[in-house]
Amino acid sequence: MPCKNCLEKPIMKLLNNEQLCKQHFVKYFEKKVFNTIRNYKLINKNDKVGVAVSGGKDSLTLLYLLNKLKEKTRKFEIYAIAVDEGIEGYRDKTLENAKKFCNENNIKLNIFSYKDEFGDTLDNFLKNTKMKACSMCGPFRRYILNKKSKELGFTKLATGHNLDDESQSIMMNYIRANIEISARLGPITGVLKDQRFIKRIKPLYLMSEKEVAIYAFLKNLITEFNECPHSLDSYRGDIRDMLNNFEAKYPGTKNAVVTGFLNILPMLRENYKSNIPLKSCKNCGEPSSNEICQTCKIVEILKNKNK
Amino acid sequence: MVNVFIERENKKTNVKARNAKEIMSILNINPETVLLVKNNELILAEDNLNDNDELKLLSVISGG
Repeated sequence: MPCKNCLEKPIMKLLNNEQLCKQHFVKYFEKKVFNTIRNYKLINKNDKVGVAVSGGKDSLTLLYLLNKLKEKTRKFEIYAIAVDEGIEGYRDKTLENAKKFCNENNIKLNIFSYKDEFGDTLDNFLKNTKMKACSMCGPFRRYILNKKSKELGFTKLATGHNLDDESQSIMMNYIRANIEISARLGPITGVLKDQRFIKRIKPLYLMSEKEVAIYAFLKNLITEFNECPHSLDSYRGDIRDMLNNFEAKYPGTKNAVVTGFLNILPMLRENYKSNIPLKSCKNCGEPSSNEICQTCKIVEILKNKNK
Repeated sequence: MVNVFIERENKKTNVKARNAKEIMSILNINPETVLLVKNNELILAEDNLNDNDELKLLSVISGG
């Protein structure tokens, strides 16, 4: 059976069993992403959008598409921002991809490292603590991206989160009864009129990881397979496998998890709106639920271990 | 036999199968997690494969 729109050979079967050739898959993908941006009002006129890049397929696809939309509309600006955790053999390689892409496309790339911000690399921090890498990277990356985005004057921070990432987060929070954390998910977050939080947008929100990979492959944005050496056996990995097993057996599962969640998200936000961190960390000034924020607490613990 | 390269495991193997769907089933690989590439072109899981075809299973999972 040929592509649903022409006689070319199909390369992708959609959930509704329609098949698309290369050219029409690219059109389908771009239309869906640009519709997500428009429908959820992710980008406004004169926005200065920081795009968080790791150098992997999701962030390069995001940067490629936002650059394309910027060139077409000329209504907003984009900049790239990256975090170098200091993971030898992994981040150094992916950042090379990011640098190359930004160079070729004339996009300014700002890189901030754990070494400069917190005093050492993630690899070295992990040598002296039993703390899991992901527990450290979660707060550290959020801290750097939020703080530096404000300093650079960004009005939005775009991330490459896709449908798979979001469905995993929703399920993880549900299974662990962390429903309040789910209130901070969605295609646009940080909608609170609080200048301390940069608004985060996820233009690839409705695209599955496989669709992003296909697009990246067709646009030559896919990079050599490279996995963070610290992310093995994570809880998220188990949830990812569970969702993929369900998807294979019951196609449309991930989409249903996310669209169902979008229906209850307004109620969750309303319910938890009074629980936003009202304090500012005494140490760094970033938003915090306590006197000292999680990032500063971890840095303090790591410093003491190194003494 | 189809010559299969599994990127995530950096492993090569030979599988007797008519298409990638059968290969993924035999190797216990979830179709959601891989791109199917033959001669540098994407193919569908149901596309016919012949003896000595080279099939690459590229991982779609983000590295974190």
